[in-house]
Amino acid sequence: MTAPSLAPALTHRRPAFSLGRWLEQGSVFSWLMVAPPILFLAALVGYPFFYGIWLSLMNRPVASEGTFVGLANYIADWHDPIFWQVVLNTFVYTAVATVLKMVGGLGLALVMNQDFRFKNLARALLLLPFIVPTVLSTIAWQWILDPAFSIITWTLVATGLIHPPGPSWLGNPHLAMASLIVVNVWRGLPFYAITLLAGLQTISPELYEAATIDGAGTFTRFRFVTLPLMKPIIFIVTMFSVIFTFADFQLIYVLTHGGPANATQVFATYAFDVAMGGGQLGQGAAIALSMVPPLALIILAMAIYMRPEKT
Amino acid sequence: MTVGPKGRLLRLWLPLGVSLLFTLFPFYWMAVTSLKPNQELYSRKVMPLIVHHPTLKHYIDLFTETNFLEWTWNTFIVAVASTAISLVFGAMLAYPLARIRFAGAALVSFAIAATYLVPQPLLFVPLADIINKLGLGDTLTSVILTYPTLLIPFCAWLLMGYFRTVPSELEDAARIDGASRVQTLVRIVLPLCGPGFISAGIFAFTLAQNEFLYALIFLTKTEVRTVPVGAISELVRGDVFYWGQLMAAALLGSVPVAIIYSFFVEHYVAGLTAGSVKG
Repeated sequence: MTAPSLAPALTHRRPAFSLGRWLEQGSVFSWLMVAPPILFLAALVGYPFFYGIWLSLMNRPVASEGTFVGLANYIADWHDPIFWQVVLNTFVYTAVATVLKMVGGLGLALVMNQDFRFKNLARALLLLPFIVPTVLSTIAWQWILDPAFSIITWTLVATGLIHPPGPSWLGNPHLAMASLIVVNVWRGLPFYAITLLAGLQTISPELYEAATIDGAGTFTRFRFVTLPLMKPIIFIVTMFSVIFTFADFQLIYVLTHGGPANATQVFATYAFDVAMGGGQLGQGAAIALSMVPPLALIILAMAIYMRPEKT
Repeated sequence: MTVGPKGRLLRLWLPLGVSLLFTLFPFYWMAVTSLKPNQELYSRKVMPLIVHHPTLKHYIDLFTETNFLEWTWNTFIVAVASTAISLVFGAMLAYPLARIRFAGAALVSFAIAATYLVPQPLLFVPLADIINKLGLGDTLTSVILTYPTLLIPFCAWLLMGYFRTVPSELEDAARIDGASRVQTLVRIVLPLCGPGFISAGIFAFTLAQNEFLYALIFLTKTEVRTVPVGAISELVRGDVFYWGQLMAAALLGSVPVAIIYSFFVEHYVAGLTAGSVKG
């Protein structure tokens, strides 16, 4: 008769499975936490991304089934003169605006890095263009650049610098691109300035003192102390800026709609025109996806060029 | 090295003054234009830099002739809902990544970083098709669901930094006293990370108010539009721009964001710089 003594021994040897304890395990708890947001992002970013690739391989007029056409949309892009104009416009827009924002932002950060009264107020005011909804401030710029009632034209005429009627800021292809770049710089420069200022404030004053004792002047201190230490921050800020300038939509859509005659058409506005205006979802998806390779190359080049030097 | 008053003028006040003028002029111009009567607005004879006969007509027209109030309400609802979703999901991602070593953590971080770098124009074509197929076109749900995809990565990144500042001894003590992981998170960690949630929340809220492309595509009916889309689509009729009303709408649409921002400037700047300085 051994059976009665076995039962309690078994329960002692093997504790019952406890849901509570299972949930307390680090990896179980972690995955239960991250799973809902990861699934959410997979459904609304991951899936659309791959669905976009699939769409770009289809001839897919809006509200129809569509047929698989392979790379035909990309080949059509390759032979489309507007597409190449779009590539050029996007590079000019991104390159000029980024350089101006980087140089201007660093300059403004250096100015702001001095001690003065109302510094916090100045910083708050300088950030305004970055926080105000872009479309709304761009509408104000559109009025500033109005063909008939531009305040810039009025000022130039009033000071005798030009004769009326004055230039059409958004009607001339080159001026339109220049205007877009100015507005983009207006909006994006505060982000550079305030972020770089935060970086400048982390540099220890002792380093400058040491450099001064070693006989370094203002420029030398900037070149050999400030710049090397700021490189990682400049890299990150610039990378963000390049990506979002390259893919800019709202500013251009509001100010020029890509005009005059596609002179300011960029990837995002062209993809929008083709997909939403023309109803060609497949072709539009292909144009939008064409942003990826040049963007990846730019980021790679920046990463190689600006990587922190190993000591 | 001391700088004389002349040097200070050249190094500080002059560049600062020019920057502030460049920064603030469009806002001044918005305000001035919105207060001008039409005959002054479209006259080449009067000096345009100041208002000669201020009027609130454009504001009254904006409220009585357009659905501006409805657009403002929609913008607010959308911004609050998408910010709330983003904070919850952001915290769910950030806490394990900041605190627990678990298999696959690197993969999750990579997914967040990759999502952060995806610009909207890359996804709007497939998303438009998906939203249509789900029957969500012209509903606020369409943007409440899609905005968090832009906001979650940022919130997660920022909150990770704040979670790391909580001393792990506090958590260990709570766990030894028998608190579960969820209780530790809710009772010990979250209350200490209030500033992080404010920073992330402010940032998410302003970004949600700012969004235009998805709203433009998904919301085509006036009763579901947000302020930016409403202003662009309904205050510009054909080739006619209602400049007075447009400027009034631009100013009023910017005010809520600007007020919230003015109360939390420090949090906002902390949020802005956290990613690039700490990361």
